[in-house]
Amino acid sequence: MRGALVWHRLARARCLPGAALCFLTIVGSQGCVAENDPSSVTASVEPPKAGVLRLATTTSTRDSGLLDVLVPGFESQQGCRVDVIAVGTGAALRLGEAGDVDVLVVHARNAERAFMAAKYGTRHEEFMFNHFLLVGPASDPAKIHALEPAAAFARIATGKHVYFSRGDDSGTHKRELQIWEQLGGLVEWVDYCEVGQGMGPTLMMADEKQGYTLVDMGTYLKFKEKIALVPLVEEANSLRNPYAALVVNAARHDKLNAALAGAFVDFLISQPTQRQIADFRISGRALFTPTRLDAAP
Amino acid sequence: MELLWDGLTGALQLLLERDTLVLRAAWRSLWISGLAVALAGCGGIPVGFLLAQTRFIGRSVCVVLFRAGMSIPTVLIGLVCYALFSRRGPLGGLDLLYTQWGILVGECALAVPIIVTWTHRAVGGLDPRAAETVWTMGAGPLRRWWVLISEARVGIALALLTAFARCLTELGIAMMVGGNVKYRTRTLTTATAVETARGEFDRGVAMSTILFLVALLVTVLHAWCNRGKRER
Repeated sequence: MRGALVWHRLARARCLPGAALCFLTIVGSQGCVAENDPSSVTASVEPPKAGVLRLATTTSTRDSGLLDVLVPGFESQQGCRVDVIAVGTGAALRLGEAGDVDVLVVHARNAERAFMAAKYGTRHEEFMFNHFLLVGPASDPAKIHALEPAAAFARIATGKHVYFSRGDDSGTHKRELQIWEQLGGLVEWVDYCEVGQGMGPTLMMADEKQGYTLVDMGTYLKFKEKIALVPLVEEANSLRNPYAALVVNAARHDKLNAALAGAFVDFLISQPTQRQIADFRISGRALFTPTRLDAAP
Repeated sequence: MELLWDGLTGALQLLLERDTLVLRAAWRSLWISGLAVALAGCGGIPVGFLLAQTRFIGRSVCVVLFRAGMSIPTVLIGLVCYALFSRRGPLGGLDLLYTQWGILVGECALAVPIIVTWTHRAVGGLDPRAAETVWTMGAGPLRRWWVLISEARVGIALALLTAFARCLTELGIAMMVGGNVKYRTRTLTTATAVETARGEFDRGVAMSTILFLVALLVTVLHAWCNRGKRER
């Protein structure tokens, strides 16, 4: 009996180092999260004066790094904090419909029109565009190099080549579907992989499996060094990708910061910001073309 | 609240309508985690048992390492598997990346520390007199171990159930190694993440509800096992 008791004590004592290690691991990982989360850091430094602007945007704008250049300027101008929620265009529009965000930056014209027509938004301003490109393995098994986008898609489909689609209702996915629509609808084949993820992961997956995928210029340039895929169809007019800012209708929801949202859209189409967009480059290449820039004086 | 309610009714509807995407994702989740736990059990139960029953140098270090292994984040396991299975990785030739088998390997790695630790605890927590009694009755080592394993069976069942619940509900490995490819590697958790990313919140809630129901079933089994343990 006594032996059993001592044994139990020993067993308990032996648990301690393990428990301590677990605890440390958990505390450590949480510390890291807090450090990496810029919004929480900002919040703890000083409370903003004009409140918080919640901006839902597409992963492509965030991943390109453009927002990191533009947003701080707006924050210091208005003395506010901008919380960026990066999701696909579809999810961003849903967040807007639900009144969970004040302003949207998205790229899917048809969906934007529907959003405005349903009075979910009060303002719609296109302010820049970039291009999509079709990338694929350097060996180009489908022989799509320099074809028109629709013809290239048709070749990939008829040859049943490996193709990665984001499949997440994002602006890029919607554009793909538009092209398939032109070709009489999408008929999925075995190596048509819908991955339901952001542009970065999808591009990496296509690279791993040496497949084709449609990608926006910003994300491509960001990942260019890490991947072996090459641009095969680019700079086609039909692959133009216009971005718009939308103010969510404050009359439909409480607690929306309509004034700040309006100020943000004004900021985006203002001349200094438009020039900043024009000057924004990744590895020496301009990413976005501003559409509201007056001719140089 | 409306969203959650719509999600619940939506979940029932998806099940009743036999929505193929949902059912296939559910089935894939179940068989991958089930098989992963079975394989991890084949390795993990003996290891946990040996850790509890034998004495060797570095044994307590092993115990602590396995216990720490229970708190490895799944994204880290996913990342390691990705690095191994990548085209540029050492195991790239196996072509495991973005396949169900890749997820299976990752989930095994997730389940092993859980099973080892809980088996170790269950066997170690047995009344030492049990081993002594069998010993005095003249049983050989194999026979003795078998008696101990059957004595600790409730604890081992708990270990397997815990590991199963963890594998079933993890997202990091399934997303990074499986890649969430529609019709091929989409599981309930990655499907939930995707439907949410698409803005299809009601479908997301529906999927996670199904996941929760399965997890609930496991928990009930878990509790039922535990009850048996107390009564004895």
